[in-house]
Amino acid sequence: MSAAKGSAFFAALVTLPLLGLAHWVLNLLVFVLIAAVLSSAWNLVGGFAGYPSLGHAAFFGIGAYALGSVYRHQPHVANGYEPFLWLPLVGLLGALVGAPIAAVAMRTRADVFAIVTITFLFVVQTLAFNVRGITGGAQGMALPIAPFPADGYEAPFYYVLVALLAVVMALTFATMRSKVGLALGSVRADEDKARGVGVPVTGVKVLAFAVSVGLTAMVGAVWAYYQTFIYPQFAVDPLITISMVLMTFLGGRATLWGPILGAGILETGQQYLAYRLGGSQFYLIAYALLFLLIMLVLPRGIVPTIAERLSRRRRRAVTT
Amino acid sequence: MHALIQGVILGILTGGVYALMASGQTLIFGIMKVINLAQGAMVILAAYLAYQLFVSFGVDPFLAIPVTTVLMFAVGFGVQVAFLRPLRREDKVELSLLVTFAVALLIEGVLSVIWKTTHRGINTGYANDSWTLFGYQITVVRFWAFALSLVALGLLGSLLGRTRFGRAIRATVQNPDSALLLGVDAQRIAALGFGLGAATAAAAGSVYGLLYPFNSGSHYDLISRLLSIVVLGGLGSVGGAVVAAVIVSTSSAVVASTVSPAWSEMTYFVILILVLLVRPQGLFGTVGRGAI
Repeated sequence: MSAAKGSAFFAALVTLPLLGLAHWVLNLLVFVLIAAVLSSAWNLVGGFAGYPSLGHAAFFGIGAYALGSVYRHQPHVANGYEPFLWLPLVGLLGALVGAPIAAVAMRTRADVFAIVTITFLFVVQTLAFNVRGITGGAQGMALPIAPFPADGYEAPFYYVLVALLAVVMALTFATMRSKVGLALGSVRADEDKARGVGVPVTGVKVLAFAVSVGLTAMVGAVWAYYQTFIYPQFAVDPLITISMVLMTFLGGRATLWGPILGAGILETGQQYLAYRLGGSQFYLIAYALLFLLIMLVLPRGIVPTIAERLSRRRRRAVTT
Repeated sequence: MHALIQGVILGILTGGVYALMASGQTLIFGIMKVINLAQGAMVILAAYLAYQLFVSFGVDPFLAIPVTTVLMFAVGFGVQVAFLRPLRREDKVELSLLVTFAVALLIEGVLSVIWKTTHRGINTGYANDSWTLFGYQITVVRFWAFALSLVALGLLGSLLGRTRFGRAIRATVQNPDSALLLGVDAQRIAALGFGLGAATAAAAGSVYGLLYPFNSGSHYDLISRLLSIVVLGGLGSVGGAVVAAVIVSTSSAVVASTVSPAWSEMTYFVILILVLLVRPQGLFGTVGRGAI
């Protein structure tokens, strides 16, 4: 069932750009995919392990600036696909920065973890503004412009993001079916008890965090290349973190499809709002109110709520 | 040496102000086990209120404090009742963090709609006055800000230590279940406590507005500072927050005056990581049981 659903989903994703969609639609899809990979990555640690990271945007920025640094003095690339080859290294960098932070921050409770990650976010943001030698400071940083034909400019980015989505979904699926997932679930349910019965608690938590932020850094790099110019306030933006959290919560934590559903709904809505309200501050208010509404009305998310309804109906059908 | 001592003086004076902001945050944690990520946004909101009172009616920011305190208390009370109370018990810690972050963004959004995003400052007649003591500069505003913070902290201390309401709060911090059994209305204490925590942001906001230019996004600068202070002091310990505030702001002022202002932000994170490595419960925190 799940394999069929998965292949149908990816077949649809792969064929979409072949339908001759307008540029704005493809552009929208690129942003929806960015959001889907990001929130699925957040879900690995925030959903499955129950450690709500508020610092993922820092790793998004680290990835963006890492790729930018590679092409520091190079306004053009001969082969537009070449920057994508750096993605695994960017991911590794993100994971290497993230692992020691997680190892310290996850020693105590989930609230201390959130404190450390959010503090890290603001430290990285300040550094992005101040360490001009690397980031260009408030003036921003240019990346090479991809020499793709104007007609299908979005397509390469789109397919790279589809590949990343496949990776993160495969990891999520593997997590749900493996001992690692079981261990993470036990951490979320009762960490002390899990440790007591011999679950390698620290190891799985740090692993989940490193993988999650590594993927986040890779998406940051793709985003930076797509934007071709990055500013600190957008590369390291608390709103990136909050949208990752929000999309995961809306769709359903610790589920395979929840973050993707949440990203589809919210990113489309967000782009529409930004278009209608012109990126004004009403947009921040709308976002915050929606967030509060979801927390209060639908804290478990759409997917688990629907799944429960369906299974209840099925049970009723069996008994009658 | 001169730069170092000047940094220490500045750090101590600024520390008093941060102590006030952080005391509210740690108090809220002590009572409800909620980390209020909106504390910084509440300080900025209070700064805007003081700014508006100053611009529209010429009210001195120090004299505006009684008014803003009442308003901020109402905001805090409202936030607790509307957004935190309805959360389900099983994932309260996780959700409350996210809810307070959303409240911070909501406040930021409202502030930037009303006052736009240009930086504001409260320029009183005495804004640029300063005294010189043995060759060290002490600005008048900073000195009075420090004094005011001490007074406000003293009031908070006697409210907690000497009143029936304070006793109910301390009981809730130490052992919520026993407090409930002895007839303390936990819901009421939580809402009043959150209001009280927000009220400390009122005085802090007036002072912040006097000391620094601010805009709706300024609360981001405060979040990491306040969090490293409350963790260093020990989550839930008001006395610890005061000591930690002085330590944190002195070290960051020293780094700013001797190394570079660009790296002073990094001081908070380094302190935070060191505390968690060496003494995760903080300077004055206790493991398991709360204390004020």
